[in-house]
Amino acid sequence: MTFRIKPAMLKIAAAAWLLGATGAMADTTLEFTQWWEPELPAGSLRAIMDDFEAANPGIKVTLVSGPYATTRDQISVGAATGTLSDVVGLDGAWVNNLNAQSALADMNPMMDASGFDKSQVADIVKVDGKAVMFPVASFVYPVFVNLDLAAQAGVTKLPSTRAEFLEAAKKMTIADKNQYGWVLPLSLQTPSGVQNDMMSWVWASGQSMMANGKPDLEGKPVVDMLTFVKSLNDAGTISPGIATKTEQEKVEEFVNNRVGMMIDSLAHVNLIRKRNPKLNFDLIPVPVVENYTGKRGLPYASWGIGISAASKHQEEAWKLVQYVMSEKVNAKLVSLANAFPGNVNAKPDFVTSDKAFGKAFEIFKTGYLANEFTGLPVAEDLMTQFDVQAQKMLAGEQSPEQAAAAAQKGWMAKF
Amino acid sequence: MTRQKRSHHKLKRAVAPYLYLSPSLLIIGLLMLLPMVTVIGYSFQNSAVLRRDPSFAGLKHYQAIFDDPVFWASLWHTLYFTCMSVIFHMTIGMAFALMLNSDRINPTLRNILRVLYILPWLFTAVIIAVIWRLLLEPNGVVNSILMQISIIGSKVEWFSSPETALHAVTFANIWAGYPLFMVSLLAGLQGIPKDFYEAADIDGAKAYQKLIFITIPQLMPIIISISLLDFIWTMQVFPLVWITTGGGPIYSTEVLSTYTYKLAFSSYNLSQASASAVVILLISLGLTLFYIRYQKAR
Repeated sequence: MTFRIKPAMLKIAAAAWLLGATGAMADTTLEFTQWWEPELPAGSLRAIMDDFEAANPGIKVTLVSGPYATTRDQISVGAATGTLSDVVGLDGAWVNNLNAQSALADMNPMMDASGFDKSQVADIVKVDGKAVMFPVASFVYPVFVNLDLAAQAGVTKLPSTRAEFLEAAKKMTIADKNQYGWVLPLSLQTPSGVQNDMMSWVWASGQSMMANGKPDLEGKPVVDMLTFVKSLNDAGTISPGIATKTEQEKVEEFVNNRVGMMIDSLAHVNLIRKRNPKLNFDLIPVPVVENYTGKRGLPYASWGIGISAASKHQEEAWKLVQYVMSEKVNAKLVSLANAFPGNVNAKPDFVTSDKAFGKAFEIFKTGYLANEFTGLPVAEDLMTQFDVQAQKMLAGEQSPEQAAAAAQKGWMAKF
Repeated sequence: MTRQKRSHHKLKRAVAPYLYLSPSLLIIGLLMLLPMVTVIGYSFQNSAVLRRDPSFAGLKHYQAIFDDPVFWASLWHTLYFTCMSVIFHMTIGMAFALMLNSDRINPTLRNILRVLYILPWLFTAVIIAVIWRLLLEPNGVVNSILMQISIIGSKVEWFSSPETALHAVTFANIWAGYPLFMVSLLAGLQGIPKDFYEAADIDGAKAYQKLIFITIPQLMPIIISISLLDFIWTMQVFPLVWITTGGGPIYSTEVLSTYTYKLAFSSYNLSQASASAVVILLISLGLTLFYIRYQKAR
């Protein structure tokens, strides 16, 4: 009896294994590595994935989630070892390195094959002609103004140009009361202040730090920006401790009425309200150079999405990317994240329910997204190099022109 | 047959110790030697880790870091940071240990001081960094007190000024690390026979003479051992420097650990980062050998 059952069971098991191995019984499981899940309300990203699974029978999604920095390191190692997840959350600053490692799939053929409407996405990040990333959610960086400090200082019209900003910053500064007009975080620990708080002045005026695909830091736009930042520093309007200040400390100072103006992510609006519900603030676009009337570049950070070149399930992975970029799903995701959509037709619900977000959305719609660090090689290293030269300039060790020349030399070595 | 048995027995006896050692050897090999050898290997490769087929680079990456002035600056900062830390750890640790060992202090007060003095040891590096960042920020408590008692005339940017940043980070590390010396020396002090001091009293020795001729010589083995260990550990301090200054402003607090970290995770130059890590390894190895020789000599 026993001898009869055992072979029968073995046969069934072998048949099941065979069916599984050939895919007849198996679901395709996609691995999706990102840092978004911990930053979204608990369970919300999983719920979106559950909806995707319900709409695409036979495809399961496993979320691999972690903090931003851990995810970055995990993706770097995964790219090197060929173990990158099928779908990956990306920051624009990473894509050049990942592309150099041939770790990201070109999504152009997938778009063509599926008849994907390219006009519906806000941007397609390309490296060497390969479409490697879609920005899913964009966190724009407007200027936050403390309206109470502005009123007390007699600033009746919120600044629209750099000259007006300097004047407003001077008026708001009362150093004896630890109150300053502006805050500039240039910690080398996280040199993103270069991108968000310095280069944003260049992009806002429709200018560029690049020329013909190469750095152009010695050009007028960057030198003018450095001169402007130096003039703010020389006038004593910047909160002290610039060289070690981090973004979190910048927000803390604004929340505690210690600075009148800061350039910051729209993602922090709720955090600011939570920390100081009485804070009376407004949002304005980053001021521009005199007489500039063109469209304003809006600095941004984004949650991007891409597909691993090593993925064995690229077809299914593309389905997931399409799903996340679709109008309704994208609107749902960015509403949860308080971000602006990667799909131009998506309208997040908070822009109608919240005045501050509504205003920011108007700024977003009248300008264009600008972040020239996206796609550059070793973007963080470039920021660090620029940061060091800016610190030297602010310490009085060199002029804006010398700072720009030194940074240019360092950057060229990386290109 | 008998000879065969005997040789088999001999073999078993010869192999047995290695079998007993094998689990720990395996763990050491996997957890210590393998990563070390791998990093050494990376330092001789181009595009280590980032490419699946890295080419041999020879000594190129070592040449690159030795040609980099920031590397030499970070080496100098590391030495300053380490030497000052060890000297002050020892001095403060000794002073507090002597205080806690003294019969002249009320036992209740002594117990309270014992707890207070050991507190910095209970905090992690991250907490210590955050505490000192808050205390030493331009609008922080330290500046406020120093201005009130007219020691400084205006706010000092302790961590943000190139002139003061390295001293400020070193100060924070001194504060964090003296309890190790204090506890070790206190244990040593309690082990010195009382007879020595009684004999010295009969000879009419003064307090400082007892310190120089009895206490310090008796504590010397502990002082040297702990100093060497502290030197090795302090040389590799990373979180405190990283969180307080990130190696800045400019490069004024760049130490070998932050220099290596930036090469690896900011520049993604893992080959040069490995070369830099090997340099740190060699320096640490030199000190470790010195420590082992000292321990053997004892």
